[in-house]
Amino acid sequence: MREVAIVGAGMTRFGELWGSSLRDMFVEAATDALTDAGAEHVDSIYVGCMSGGQFVGQEHLGPLMADHLGMTGVPATHVESACASGGVALRLAFMEVASGMSDLVLATGIEKMNDGADVTNVLATAADQELEVYYGVTFPGLYAMIARAHMADYGTTEEDLAWVSVKNHKHGAMNDKAQFGREVTLEQVMSSSMVAEPLRLLHCSPVSDGAAAVLLCPLDQAKKYTDRPVKIIGSGLATGSMALAHRENPAILGAVHKSAERAYKMASVGPRNIQVAEVHDCFSISEICCIEALGLVDRGRGGPAAREGFTALGGCVPVNTSGGLKSKGHPVGATGIAQAIEVFRQLRGEAGPRQVENARIGLTQNMGGSGASSVVHIFEGV
Amino acid sequence: MAGIVGYGAYIPRKRIKTEEIARQWGKDPGTIERGLLLKEKSVPGFDEDTITISVAAGRSALDRAGIDPQKVGALYIGSESHPYAVKPSGTVVAEALGIGPEVHIADFEFACKAGTEAMFVSLGLVEAGRVEYAMGIGADTSQGAPDDALEFSASAGGAAFIFGRENLLAEVIETYSYTSDTADFWRREGEFYPRHGGRFTGEPAYFKHVLSATRAILEKTGLKPADFSYVVFHMPNGKFPMSAGKQLGFTKEQLETGWIVPTMGNTYSGSSPTGLAAILDVAKPDDLILITSFGSGAGSDSFVLKATERLPEVQSAAPTVRAMLDGPRQYMTYGEYAKFREKIIVND
Amino acid sequence: MPSPRYTREIPSRYRLEAGRCKACGKVIYPARPVCPSCRSADFEMVALSRKGTVITSTVIHVPPDDFLMEAPYAMAIVETPEGARLMTQIVDCEPASVLPGMKVALEFRLIRREGNSGILCYGHKGVPVA
Repeated sequence: MREVAIVGAGMTRFGELWGSSLRDMFVEAATDALTDAGAEHVDSIYVGCMSGGQFVGQEHLGPLMADHLGMTGVPATHVESACASGGVALRLAFMEVASGMSDLVLATGIEKMNDGADVTNVLATAADQELEVYYGVTFPGLYAMIARAHMADYGTTEEDLAWVSVKNHKHGAMNDKAQFGREVTLEQVMSSSMVAEPLRLLHCSPVSDGAAAVLLCPLDQAKKYTDRPVKIIGSGLATGSMALAHRENPAILGAVHKSAERAYKMASVGPRNIQVAEVHDCFSISEICCIEALGLVDRGRGGPAAREGFTALGGCVPVNTSGGLKSKGHPVGATGIAQAIEVFRQLRGEAGPRQVENARIGLTQNMGGSGASSVVHIFEGV
Repeated sequence: MAGIVGYGAYIPRKRIKTEEIARQWGKDPGTIERGLLLKEKSVPGFDEDTITISVAAGRSALDRAGIDPQKVGALYIGSESHPYAVKPSGTVVAEALGIGPEVHIADFEFACKAGTEAMFVSLGLVEAGRVEYAMGIGADTSQGAPDDALEFSASAGGAAFIFGRENLLAEVIETYSYTSDTADFWRREGEFYPRHGGRFTGEPAYFKHVLSATRAILEKTGLKPADFSYVVFHMPNGKFPMSAGKQLGFTKEQLETGWIVPTMGNTYSGSSPTGLAAILDVAKPDDLILITSFGSGAGSDSFVLKATERLPEVQSAAPTVRAMLDGPRQYMTYGEYAKFREKIIVND
Repeated sequence: MPSPRYTREIPSRYRLEAGRCKACGKVIYPARPVCPSCRSADFEMVALSRKGTVITSTVIHVPPDDFLMEAPYAMAIVETPEGARLMTQIVDCEPASVLPGMKVALEFRLIRREGNSGILCYGHKGVPVA
């Protein structure tokens, strides 16, 4: 397999983008990425999107987006893995370049959630329709049950959950692409309205529109596009039981652990080598469970990590310097690519006030549903 | 001789007090309670209906009967509040109980006597030898219109009876049905609440049919009121059955056990059947029991039953009516009641 | 809810029919063709007992549209004596009282209605045992 690098990136702001359609956002992000790299054509396009069909009635996204980018004829594929659609799109693009099949591949993620669809019901299609959604559970409800199990097993507290939101907002306040680029206090989080006990409104990532794109090529062609490519040195994908009830322990995200193991193995690095990470914080509890599963902290020790500053900018392993899904926003299909863009910027020293000093090895982890799919990528600055 | 081989009842755990409804409409709680002899009634949860009540009662009946559900050859449910206008309640209940596919099913309606109708037909099929066992259920979640007298009493609950020829816990000695066309209470297709003829529902309707059916069955069997250990009449409120009993020559003691309406309310097709279940919960071998239902429109079904040696063996095999009436329950405000009874309008 | 999709699930939803893998003994609810533990395809049907213990729970305050009138309601993962786990609502009690370890009975209830004209969908919910 050839070595693969990211050579360009572009993304829209995340938020309520009333003036932009699904295709508008794709074109904006993709064009920015192409311009960033000085590229005029691509060999192939991957479009990560959870549900163009249910949100805006549009399927067949591969050809639609190639068409609107002015690249009809180019092979284009829609990739779906619920909220991990972007991360899986990145992985497929990586595989296509690594295999030698293509030399320049655009990996994108998009989602348009604010066009009037019943967001709760659409997101619920990522859970088990027959065993979970049928009985009235919601996404926050599933993560709330994970939270309660984690709290019972490890003593994690509601305040521990709140500190994740506070930390991520502090980071996001420095990100001009963030949907909620402003800080929140612990009191504000703890007094926000209850969604599913113990998760409150400010423990939950928002409903967002947005698109993100990165350009991949073989490492040995990277200088055509940029002086500072970022290598993808590891990729791991894993699946887990769809229904929370079918997992051994609701507090443990097995798919996250497996996807990380596979990525670490491919990259020949371990958790101790990770200097900056973008982790899937769709709800505060998911960041806590994921950093444990990624091995960034010991099992059961995820709770205090944000509170103690371990995962804050300036701490041992800064997590979600972009603001995470919580502050940056979570247009579902776009998130996986946006995470890669943050690490790309960090490893090129371009993250401005959010910069992690001397960051050379970074990690992204993107998860679908209540943890039924997880994809991890590891990056190295060149 | 055919009779009952298994019985069961179910009363929802949610309740509302008469005084809470009275307060809503600016009426004096004490006057209503004394006038109707009602203290509280059962309220079905948003997730309860005639079908779920029938399944719960049916499960208890099967537990007491100790038979393989596959042997039940007919299932009939009588109700005024079948969840579908077209699609039987019985098919859902049968699948849930593990009955069928070899089973005859039909839904019955005849205001509050649809339950005893289901029982009557079940008995007849078993006596005819056409099926080995037949289940008759009376269950309801009917409504009373807001600020109407019936709102204080209309409640939810039901009872199921399995009829057979062997291992009876109660023999059916005799039946009598008395019917006429009397429009005392009705609901037209598509209307949400029923309407009634006020005081016309009393003497020319309830009392005429209940008294006539009961007198006729006493004559037919040659029995006197004093021969019975227990008697239960349809209970639209606390007063009517007591008055009927008095007029027929029964004592308060004979009526007491089946007189569950003061805390249960009027479960319409479930009313006298659930009263019968309450009696079977405590009756002793050889006790004679009389039940007369009443359905507006109008008609009464009377049964004379005799408890057997087997009855005490199965009484505790499933929850008793008293345990359900007196057990864990949740009281609600009128607002919660209105929400559960779908009196609050929402968009589809 | 399209009728064919609903009708297929009747044995598992109405009668709690699960599958016990003859090769490894795992009980999976609802039944499925391939054992998630050992990948064997040889099962026998087992009807779950109508009771269980709460493993974890939550109280849903912001419900999906279909459940608007019932919120807030408790939901839980319940484990039956056969070792199968399922997810459902816990009702007829204060939602806040539903906690891990609570013993429940599984009762047949109306789970959802498809608006005013669609089919009625049934299943089991948990009720605390006294």
